[in-house]
Amino acid sequence: MTIDKKETISALKAHARHMRVLSLQMAYNCGGSAHLGGGLSMIEAMAVLYGAVMNTAAKSDPAARDKFILSKGHGVLGLYAALAEFGIIDQALLDTFLQDGSDLIAHPVMRPALGLEASTGSLGQGISIAAGLALAAKKKGYSYQTYVLCGNGEGNEGSVWEACMSAVNFGLDNFTLFLDNNHMQSDGPSESVMNVSDRYADMLAALGFQVIGIDGNDVEQVYDAFMQPHQPGRPKAIVGNTVKGKGVSFMENNGDWHHGRLTRSQFEAALKEVEATL
Amino acid sequence: MTEIDRSKARLWSRLGARATLGQAILEAARTRDDFYVMSADLAQSSGLTRFREEFPDRFINAGIAEQNMIGLAAGLAKNGTNVFATSFAPFITMRACEQVRMDMGYMQMNIKTVGLGSGLIMAQLGNSHYGLEDAAVMRAIPGMTVIDPADGAEIVRAVEALCDYDKPAYLRLTGGPGLPVVYEADMGFQIGKAIPLREGRDVAIIATGTMVHYGRAAADILGEKGIDAAVIDMHTIKPLDGACVDAQLDKKLIVTVEEASVIGGLGSAVAEHLAIRKNRPPHLILGIRDLFPHAGSYQYLLEQCGLTGGQIAADIEAALA
Repeated sequence: MTIDKKETISALKAHARHMRVLSLQMAYNCGGSAHLGGGLSMIEAMAVLYGAVMNTAAKSDPAARDKFILSKGHGVLGLYAALAEFGIIDQALLDTFLQDGSDLIAHPVMRPALGLEASTGSLGQGISIAAGLALAAKKKGYSYQTYVLCGNGEGNEGSVWEACMSAVNFGLDNFTLFLDNNHMQSDGPSESVMNVSDRYADMLAALGFQVIGIDGNDVEQVYDAFMQPHQPGRPKAIVGNTVKGKGVSFMENNGDWHHGRLTRSQFEAALKEVEATL
Repeated sequence: MTEIDRSKARLWSRLGARATLGQAILEAARTRDDFYVMSADLAQSSGLTRFREEFPDRFINAGIAEQNMIGLAAGLAKNGTNVFATSFAPFITMRACEQVRMDMGYMQMNIKTVGLGSGLIMAQLGNSHYGLEDAAVMRAIPGMTVIDPADGAEIVRAVEALCDYDKPAYLRLTGGPGLPVVYEADMGFQIGKAIPLREGRDVAIIATGTMVHYGRAAADILGEKGIDAAVIDMHTIKPLDGACVDAQLDKKLIVTVEEASVIGGLGSAVAEHLAIRKNRPPHLILGIRDLFPHAGSYQYLLEQCGLTGGQIAADIEAALA
């Protein structure tokens, strides 16, 4: 590893750790339940995307600004934390999470000024929107890249596969799908609900995606996967095997934290554990 | 704007609603480059073959995947470009309903869905292909505009108006080849503004889509019996032209007639508007009753549903008695 890359990875790890802190703070401060498990599993993907991959600087130029769509809309803790961590929104805005009148509710609401490109929350829809954005860039010669993050439970939706089919059909080599494959879903382990999450990589490859399988909670692997160039004419999929609730031992692989409320002592224990990493 | 005259009206009538849509879109595309057209593997059946040949870069086939078509349209429209997304009425409004709700409702993306072959014109193909509930479903989505043109000329004007309309809308197309001609000249089409076609003292027939023609035929029959019926083309079901409805409060009877379910469409919209009015006449709601009609020819279906001129006139006469 070059020194530069080493520094980048180490900085991204620190960002990821702080984003976990922000996520826990949002979840605790809101006073209610939040989607912690699926928010924490995608932290590394969000840290790498916003910290090293996406061009988010061209805020006012939609033709140049890279696009991110959170198709698994309930993963907002990871998204809002990234937006705050990398200066797209004011960190103080996180204090409004789930408060009446706030734009930061439990599923993203389209607010381009806050970096929220689409309203999602109904699963299986964001990949289509992302493919449409990538198709528009192709047709109009725009330089932006489109990234979309979806969940393994979300992969149960047939419309996910309609969208993936079309990304291949339209040759969207400006489109990257990150599958946050934490092998859990609302009702428990995916193997007990719809036992295909270990086949998604093969399904995407069979459709014609360029597929990269990685440990989705390993910053360096996530970074390398995003940095790997697109094969011409093919959409790229990163299948990140992740751990639901990653970083907090009592949440990891524990379905109770799909959508849960933190007590003060749980919050403090979780914070301590996250801050002790690295 | 395309010029409207008698010979064009006859041509569009012969072509029917679907081919007229294709013509209207082709004409619009020749004068402006700010919209895409999508199909879910029904370009040929939608009169879009010539558009596809002439503007291949602006035509996008989503395959038989209506849900994804709407999502793709949302992505395409996010850069400010209008998208006409077309399919048969039940598929685009109900198969893709939740994408429509999220992308066109919640996000108000600049998408125009076009429901082809709505109402009963799919005839022998059966109820799987009919548009019975599409108007109701789309009307229920917040912020959605719903337009149901009376004939070919009005389809052409509606397409032109929608090219400049910066909101999501559903264009509902009823009637097939042999579409009755209502307009042989420009009708001054404006989204949300009803067109009074005929004055009358006794009854107001408020109609939409193909039923504008049949409503007018009913008014002719009633006229012979000394009943003076006004006829209104309510081409925009939502937002409803409430002022036009209010102008009918002096009639003995208000009638709505539509080639759609009586639940949730034009009749419901007018009834909702009238409900709070203190001195209002009775309201007769004509349309397809709460059933799946027995499939057959278009004429057979219209008769089964009581939607021919003579049947509409008879129902009105009975309601006045």
